[in-house]
Amino acid sequence: MSETLVITGAQLIGAKSADIVVENGVISEIGTGLGRAGARVIDADGLVALPGLVDLHTHLREPGYEASETILTGTKAAAAGGFTAVFAMPNTSPVADTAGVVEQELALGEAAGYATVQPIGAVTLGQKGERLAELGAMATSRAKVRVFSDDGFCVFDPLIMRRALEYVKSFDGVIAQHAQDPRLTEGAQMNEGTVSAELGLAGWPAVAEESIIARDVLLAEHVGSRLHVCHLSTAGSVDIIRWAKKRGIAVTAEVTPHHLLLTDELVRGYDARFKVNPPLRRQEDVLAVREGLADGTIDIVATDHAPHPSENKACEWQAAANGMVGLESALRVVHQSMVQTGLLGWADIARVMSATPARIGRLSGHGAPLEVGSPAHITLYDPSVEGVFGESDLHGRSVNSPYLGRALPGRVEHTVHAGVVTVAGGAVVQELDA
Amino acid sequence: MRHLLDTRNLDRATALRILDIAEDMADTQSREVKKLPTLRGKTVVNLFFEDSTRTRISFEAAAKRLSADVINFAAKGSSVSKGESLKDTAQTLEAIGADAVVIRHPASGAPQTLATSGWISAGVVNAGDGTHEHPTQALLDAFTIRKRRFGADSRGRDLAGLHVVIVGDVLHSRVARSNVWLLATLGADVTLVAPPTLVPQNVSLWPARVVYDLDEALEQSPDAVMMLRIQLERMNAAYFPTEREYSRRWGLDALRVAALPEGSIVMHPGPMNRGLEISSEAADSPRSTVLEQVTNGVSIRMAVLYLLLAGERDDERGGDL
Amino acid sequence: MSTRTVLQEADIARALTRIAHEILESNRGSEDLVLLGIPTRGVTLAHRLAALIGGIAQTQTPVGSLDITLFRDDLSKHPTRSPHPTDIPAGGIDGKTVVLVDDVLFSGRSIRAALDAIQSIGRPAVVRLAILVDRGHRELPIRPDFIGKNIPSARTERVNVRLHENDGAEEVTIGA
Repeated sequence: MSETLVITGAQLIGAKSADIVVENGVISEIGTGLGRAGARVIDADGLVALPGLVDLHTHLREPGYEASETILTGTKAAAAGGFTAVFAMPNTSPVADTAGVVEQELALGEAAGYATVQPIGAVTLGQKGERLAELGAMATSRAKVRVFSDDGFCVFDPLIMRRALEYVKSFDGVIAQHAQDPRLTEGAQMNEGTVSAELGLAGWPAVAEESIIARDVLLAEHVGSRLHVCHLSTAGSVDIIRWAKKRGIAVTAEVTPHHLLLTDELVRGYDARFKVNPPLRRQEDVLAVREGLADGTIDIVATDHAPHPSENKACEWQAAANGMVGLESALRVVHQSMVQTGLLGWADIARVMSATPARIGRLSGHGAPLEVGSPAHITLYDPSVEGVFGESDLHGRSVNSPYLGRALPGRVEHTVHAGVVTVAGGAVVQELDA
Repeated sequence: MRHLLDTRNLDRATALRILDIAEDMADTQSREVKKLPTLRGKTVVNLFFEDSTRTRISFEAAAKRLSADVINFAAKGSSVSKGESLKDTAQTLEAIGADAVVIRHPASGAPQTLATSGWISAGVVNAGDGTHEHPTQALLDAFTIRKRRFGADSRGRDLAGLHVVIVGDVLHSRVARSNVWLLATLGADVTLVAPPTLVPQNVSLWPARVVYDLDEALEQSPDAVMMLRIQLERMNAAYFPTEREYSRRWGLDALRVAALPEGSIVMHPGPMNRGLEISSEAADSPRSTVLEQVTNGVSIRMAVLYLLLAGERDDERGGDL
Repeated sequence: MSTRTVLQEADIARALTRIAHEILESNRGSEDLVLLGIPTRGVTLAHRLAALIGGIAQTQTPVGSLDITLFRDDLSKHPTRSPHPTDIPAGGIDGKTVVLVDDVLFSGRSIRAALDAIQSIGRPAVVRLAILVDRGHRELPIRPDFIGKNIPSARTERVNVRLHENDGAEEVTIGA
């Protein structure tokens, strides 16, 4: 049973400072001058109160790659970043393409208790792109899977993509596509552009992302289905989504924090912390995705948190793995790139990092605004401080962050998951009583 | 000089210094006793992750002529599942006491990773990394062009006003990249010639002109025509349809070589595909500098090793001289 | 400032004239003589000696330069030095009387390096050493055959030779 909390002086969105009372895992009262006998008091003076953040794209690596991350360590990292729910991508070992694996992930998440783990199911068996996985079984399992993705790989065969889009309609599912034409990106190492031409690294052209998105939005329109586009990274992709939405196509899109801030110029120096898929792009692309997130073309921010052990990053670029950890830094990076630039306000942050991801993923009980009756998933963030991001800010098992040594604003002070305090005073609570 | 990783970041003064010291080294190679005691007691490791007998023996000869000890380390291509990691290999060399590591690696950027990693304290010389750079090749090419043009009067001179045409697979060529940057730094005018499929997408920002037609480029009366080796495997990825078509459109055949102006030289980094990118007439003509390039390569590499190892050591970060 | 001039223009000229005579005397004439100057100022002095010898003996004595940078034993104690050109006259040095010419003789290590350099080029019959200023403090068993002037010095003092062709002035000074 969770404890009773009284959060005082928090800055609720669209309101002046207020107190929030949490009882039995639910927000029971909001007002001023509130108190409860025996309650734990959290002083939230100066802190922005957001509904617990929801990440639609996380790699928790368990089962199979526990050296990089486990569901326990990954959800601790999530809590540190202010997340109370994460959608776990299925590129585990074994791949999450059966009811058994997704139910195991769900159970491990419940046991850890730091955040709600909602498994994502693979679209095809083994993510090989040849045969549909048992999407229905995963949907009706205890894990109630609604989001399906072969992330890491593109569902390249147009016929398989069509069938998948059609099939998930029966249980309000959505296919989340990793848009990357494999033939145009064979051996690709970084964005194809001026920098790749100089550095002698094989290029990953923007058209390889855009051509798949263009095809998929037309397929989604044709079969009348929902489509979600993972980690959108180019200006051209934003244009295609804008066009598709104008046409009434039911497509949603996500952008990662790193694509809102970092460019391919960082690849000079061959530091593999900057190696990611889709790759860091040009400054024009960064500005375009920021604009797309600001005007709603891009619906949400999703971290694509991708832990890797140090031997897969401390090596020559070509041999390095793709991916960056991002749960702990996400809100701070979005703060810097979108709030400090005036493109989004905190209400928008609640929308793009909590309400909308929960809605796309059909995750009930998350993303609700902070009001009486809502489940107590709360993030308290201090926007007034600034600090140099370091390894001490990372709470997962891996340290492959592109922000090490970089000044970032803000700090997650407290995170509350279902009424349980998972982060207190900026530190992850090591032993949860729940 | 702490490391020699590329020509992109090699300033004019340093480049000229290397060329001039190579002149001095070349002079010593015509003496009775070719060996110099200059780097005695230093250990140079040839760390070759790609087969290359020619470049390796050139560095070996250079090091030995300066009385350095040479250790040859032919390592397997690094991949996660087999072979030792670059880090472990590097730390082994550090434990052996290498003063300089000459590295050739299939991954672009590997020498830079090695130099900036903090795994070793030795100086690093890039002997070719992926499709990125091959700085000593470009230096020996510039030396060759300069020597042919100015002879005994080469010292101190740059290549201002000279026009060089580079022909071949620019997209995948580290020799092309290194040459473009160095030739531009030395004031030469560069034209790149290749089929459109073998030109990088964003080459318009390079200090070079791009032309698809070889005859059009040769009409400009270049001082040097540099032919790059074409890899036949590229045919499978549809970069060009057949060898025959490549050779007809971009090969330096007998007719084209005969039409070159007096004094124009024909260069090739080797090994040559005779009959493909370069005809035997071209390769064997007096214009051809193929063999001199090899000799000059030893002088250039002697100069580079001298600059890396002879003086007092720069501290950690070290930049240039 | 305690820099004092120990040789003025006239002193230098007289010293070189004397050395030219001594070289001819010791060699019994000018046959098979080759003067090799050690860059930079040794080369200037070698050319002057050749001219003086020519004035006395009416002969052309071959003059060249011998760079010793690549043969030094103290390279790692200084920033990297660029070598100077080595220019051996057309007749070579095999069987010749080579007179090494340098401006200042100090520890003797430069001359040791010069001897190693000569050995890689050929086999002279005889090698002699002509020096404008000997300042003592030898660290190796090297001694000059022809000396302009002996100038006792403290180790820490600097001896500077300036010549018209190189420095636009003509003097030898010693100071802190």
